[in-house]
Amino acid sequence: MNLASRDIRHNLGRFLLTCVGLSLLLGIVLSMIGIFRGLEFDALALARAPGADLWVVESGTRGPFAEASRVPGDTREAVARIRGVVAAGSVTYQAIEARHRDARLRLYAVGFEPGRPGGPSRVVAGRPLTRSHFELLADRATGLALGERLSLGRNVYTVVGLVEGQLASGGDPVVYLDLRDAQQLQFELEGAAARNQAERGAADAQKDTVNAVLARVAPGVPAARVAVEVTRWKHLVALTQGEQEDLLTRSVVEKARRQIGLFTVLLLIVSTVIIALILYTLTLDKLREIATLKLIGAPDRTIVGLIAQQALAMGAIGFGVGALLISSLKDHFPRRVILLPEDGLLLAVVVLIVCLLASSLGVRLALKVDPATALGG
Amino acid sequence: METGAEALVELRGVSKHFGEGETRVDALRDVDLDLHAGEVVGLLGPSGSGKSTLLNLIGCIVEPSSGWMRLDGELVYAGRWLRTDLRRLRLEKLGFIFQFHNLLPFLTALENVAVVLDLARQRASQAEARARELLEYLQVGHRAAAYPAKLSGGEAQRVAIARALANRPRIILADEPTAALDSQRAGVVMDLLRSVAVEQGAAVVVVTHDEKIFGRLDRLHHLRDGRLDGGGAV
Repeated sequence: MNLASRDIRHNLGRFLLTCVGLSLLLGIVLSMIGIFRGLEFDALALARAPGADLWVVESGTRGPFAEASRVPGDTREAVARIRGVVAAGSVTYQAIEARHRDARLRLYAVGFEPGRPGGPSRVVAGRPLTRSHFELLADRATGLALGERLSLGRNVYTVVGLVEGQLASGGDPVVYLDLRDAQQLQFELEGAAARNQAERGAADAQKDTVNAVLARVAPGVPAARVAVEVTRWKHLVALTQGEQEDLLTRSVVEKARRQIGLFTVLLLIVSTVIIALILYTLTLDKLREIATLKLIGAPDRTIVGLIAQQALAMGAIGFGVGALLISSLKDHFPRRVILLPEDGLLLAVVVLIVCLLASSLGVRLALKVDPATALGG
Repeated sequence: METGAEALVELRGVSKHFGEGETRVDALRDVDLDLHAGEVVGLLGPSGSGKSTLLNLIGCIVEPSSGWMRLDGELVYAGRWLRTDLRRLRLEKLGFIFQFHNLLPFLTALENVAVVLDLARQRASQAEARARELLEYLQVGHRAAAYPAKLSGGEAQRVAIARALANRPRIILADEPTAALDSQRAGVVMDLLRSVAVEQGAAVVVVTHDEKIFGRLDRLHHLRDGRLDGGGAV
């Protein structure tokens, strides 16, 4: 006879209410983990999209994401000539803000050379860039529709294609432009500023600059070996794809990871305290019943089971409902939330351990109960 | 009273004190007591005289300070407990009936009786059959599915008695079992304890102040300041 399940059935309202509260807490814990996974995915998605093996950036920098990097526009030709390199493409990256349907729209603009490394891996609707000017590919998260026109800088661009899952580490959706358009957007001064520069006799700023050159190497050629070749040019440095991803994870996502990790731990501690207090209160309400059970011969394992099983049921239901809640709400979060099965499993194990720890207070109280108290009036 | 029947409870020179020095309280002093199969024996005494302590002592809930104690032929205490699994001993040999029935509120009447058999690791079907049989015998079978909160005082007390008898204990300890009952129901409960004592060969100890049941006891022992008298026929 399972005493825990019968006690739960008898106090169903209170038990379910507690489970609902706990599920909200655990749902928040799960969403925090999901937000971190989303952050990590977004940070790496942009770096993974071009399918590059090497990132050639300005020497002394860890560009183009972790630090600003500028290299001359003709670097691409030099890199393409290195033995083992099969394709190279210049790219620019820039955060911009545009007006769209009477609202401000934050975007992350990527300039690339169509047909060379640097563009999106797949266009999910519409077509790739075919004209050399004033066309763009937009991530679905921008809310832009095919054929829609968007004003950026001095020019108006038409959305000709849509991509998916392309967000910058800051959460801004990505738009892809032709490299020349992107360079103009990044380096061309606004009218008044340009006139002011001309009046001052200042030299025209170098516009043929890019943030990085991406290279693909032939199968069987080690990317690290090509990277060493690149470093012979003192003004350049090359990072392999793995190094770039490590860099992104460590520098861009690391603080977020610590922050979210801290919140997660705090929430788990709060959950533990809440479960412990609830179980302690439930045990206090049952002292006479526990004394009676001891008096009629119930062993300690029955008493411990009565409390620990309730704690585990509370954790399991709380976790299940919380996971269900976040699974159904995750697409409504402003940032990407990714729920990985292994994260869910790990949290489930942690929750069960937390429940057992939390139940120890109630168990301790129950084991101290003197069976003689059942005989009193 | 010498009945010739086997002694189920034997206490010799049993004392119990709480505290030491100036705070020492002698709850029981040098108690000798024999209870035999088929007997229903009463314990009477003013508040604080040691009745509950004696009941707790026989129930192996409180450890004596000195003397020895034999239950159902087994020496369980002689200067120290001779069994480590006292709860198992209670489960196998003792049945408790409380003044306020002490039914578990989250179990039905049937489950309250069956739980004792479940703890003794009987099969669920057997436990349920035995519980139903007892409830029927005590005329509360129709309330088997009811929770204690829905039972009247008399029904709850009969379910509690069914629980105490479920495991066929040889020694039944009842603490004011009729205090919450009217005289008619008190009589029914005492008749029932009498028939259990006779049919199951059990010894029944009843702590009571209820004069209307004195006539249904074989012996009545008085406790005063921790001392038990020799007991006399009622």
